[in-house]
Amino acid sequence: MDPILLARVQFGLTIAFHYIFPPLSIGLGVILVAMEALYLKTRNPLYLQMTRFWVRVFGLTFALGVATGVVMEFQFGTNWATYSRFVGDVFGSALAAEGIFAFFLESGFLAILLFGWDKVSPRMHLFSTVMVALGAHFSAIWIVVANSWMQTPAGFHIVEAALGKRAEVTDFFAVVFNPSTLVRLSHTVLGAWQAAAFFVLSVSAYYLLRRQHQEFARASMKIGMAMAVLASFGSLLTGHASALVVSQYQPAKLAAMEGHYPASAPAGLYLFGFVDEAEERTGGLQIPGLLSVLVHGDPAKPVTGLKAFPKADRPPVAPVFQAYHAMVGIGSGLMGLTLLGAFLWWRGSLFETRWLLWIYVFAVLGPQAANQLGWFTAEVGRQPWIVYGIMRTADAVSRVVSAGQILASLILFTLVYLMLFVLFIYLLDQKIRHGPLADDLAMAYHPKGSR
Amino acid sequence: MIDLNITWFGLVGILITGYAILDGFDLGTGALHLFTRKDEHRRLLLNAIGPVWDGNEVWLVTGGGALFAAFPEAYATVFSGFYTAFILLLFALIFRAVAIEFRSKQPMAWWRRMWDASFAVASVVGSLLLGVAFGNVVWGVPLDARREFAGTFLSLLNPYALLVGITTVALFMMHGAIYIVLKTEGELHVLVRGWVNNTIIFFVICYGITTMATLLFVPHMTRHIVVYPVLFVLPLLTMLAIANIPREMHHGRDFLAFLSSGCTIAGLMALMAVGVFPYLVLSKPNPDFSLTIYNAASSPKTLVIMLLIAAIGVPIVLAYTASIYYIFRGKVKLDVMSY
Repeated sequence: MDPILLARVQFGLTIAFHYIFPPLSIGLGVILVAMEALYLKTRNPLYLQMTRFWVRVFGLTFALGVATGVVMEFQFGTNWATYSRFVGDVFGSALAAEGIFAFFLESGFLAILLFGWDKVSPRMHLFSTVMVALGAHFSAIWIVVANSWMQTPAGFHIVEAALGKRAEVTDFFAVVFNPSTLVRLSHTVLGAWQAAAFFVLSVSAYYLLRRQHQEFARASMKIGMAMAVLASFGSLLTGHASALVVSQYQPAKLAAMEGHYPASAPAGLYLFGFVDEAEERTGGLQIPGLLSVLVHGDPAKPVTGLKAFPKADRPPVAPVFQAYHAMVGIGSGLMGLTLLGAFLWWRGSLFETRWLLWIYVFAVLGPQAANQLGWFTAEVGRQPWIVYGIMRTADAVSRVVSAGQILASLILFTLVYLMLFVLFIYLLDQKIRHGPLADDLAMAYHPKGSR
Repeated sequence: MIDLNITWFGLVGILITGYAILDGFDLGTGALHLFTRKDEHRRLLLNAIGPVWDGNEVWLVTGGGALFAAFPEAYATVFSGFYTAFILLLFALIFRAVAIEFRSKQPMAWWRRMWDASFAVASVVGSLLLGVAFGNVVWGVPLDARREFAGTFLSLLNPYALLVGITTVALFMMHGAIYIVLKTEGELHVLVRGWVNNTIIFFVICYGITTMATLLFVPHMTRHIVVYPVLFVLPLLTMLAIANIPREMHHGRDFLAFLSSGCTIAGLMALMAVGVFPYLVLSKPNPDFSLTIYNAASSPKTLVIMLLIAAIGVPIVLAYTASIYYIFRGKVKLDVMSY
């Protein structure tokens, strides 16, 4: 077996599984801040009950995020040692900063969020909730900085160091704010908000359909819906901005996303289609000239296509095309759902429209799928490069780790993660069936206010 | 003369020491978990570390990140060279984390027994592997001209490294037992208080054997102390810290005993750092292929940037971490939000 392929599959598997959880932590963090702030403002015990229910769910997703996240931090060293040697001077700083600025903040204040209800004042508890949410966002910032540097590297030069050639920082600011950091960060964070918003919508819709915890479900649904509207529109705007940056800095990726082969010709936008990589052709339903319009504002202007690149420098086209189109399709569907929901909310019939509530119950999978497909597009679309235009993925793996070792760890990860996934769903289902507790309506904060 | 590389050697050392002191009592609590029999006792143990264990683990993640940023060659060599050991450590950490989270979520006896066992085994395996890794850093490992690891997983399990591994388990068990005494009251408190002496004896025996083995078989560990006798204060203070643990326990000053065992860990880490300096990974048999704090380091520019990041971040981290420990001071009690 090919150790490069095995290392890639293992990284893909572990990051995809890990990425089920951080979006929920990021988005739920914001939702918890909203709920708890509403409680402190209105003193309506319903908001306290909501906060405490969603905190328990948050605790479960956070624990799995931590357990699977440590794997990611180690894996650059275990499986991508040659990459780590080459980019450590640049890339390592972002990971270290993530630890110092994000993980400590998140996990430290999580203690108060989960277990500190009767130990601190209500304001201090809300402050902790804000810090946890902030920590989750800081984490997103640094990890997207690191990844964006791999997409659009900047602020470095390549020098001969003591033990060989490597990339060294020349301008840290340029590394952090490389050309794709801001668009990709905003798109990633909004995707995370969307995941959490639809998660809240799903559970709330389930309760409404079962005619349980109705007051709780309505109030939760309103908060989820508000966030879903914001995140869905934001995703569209930032997605477009992100594609423009791709067109400018990673033209081969954009060409693969749209299945655009001609070296330089005006390009349309496929609503859906099929890529024939052997014949270098794409077929399907296309709006002519639209890609040129989106990129240049002019349907007649040419867009660089795949044939402008040697075959060795092209990403796999069909998987990138399909993943990208599926993401856009799901994103559009989610936008439709939120628009309809917001409209019915305004009309006052949202909570009685049972067919739509049923769709919301299952729509929780939509943002999760879109997030995964988006990352798949970004990462596979960057191939064959690990650092775009600088280092090839094939040259980045650990030299001393054998295919057999990776295969063994890959099988173990697959089995353990399958087990974790089943347990996560089981415990989540139990929590949801259990519902909000009556106890949670009572004042749980420390009676003296502080101590 | 303290230069940037030495500073970063010290900072990475402090992060790993912080990890050993803080996650040390978590891991030790896990190693002692199965010695308790009652469900309520086991829940108390889990909740004694409940608010802090994942924050403690962040020290390891950040230590790894700092090693990556400051000494990428060492990070790459150690993590890829010790592949199987690190993958096993990762599984231990995963199982520990989910065992803590999942155990008390269901009432079934088989469910709780299963997670209790996962928690305990993962804690012992995790401590052992960390110790084995340290043992190999002290002993030296075969590296080739490209500074890649040239040994095997089994060669990492040499007698000296295993000895350091077992000593680490013993150290964390002692540290954890004192922590539990500090955090509990009533029946469990009395029970664990009785264990502390045994864990101290277990650790002191391991410590004595490891020290002898180091003096006899790893003489390079003492070369700086021989040249700079002032450094002898380190082993001396470490010994005094160890001797102070049973004394404080005897007088019922549990917190001071805990501080002493924390100082013991810090002292042992400092001894290790002084011994290996300036090597990060000592190559054996050919020391020319070693990774030092100079040839393995990032550029001075990156080290300065990282120093600024640390100067901003670390004081804030220390301030709120201390506050959080202060908020959760006192004996642990079970409630509806507990594990």
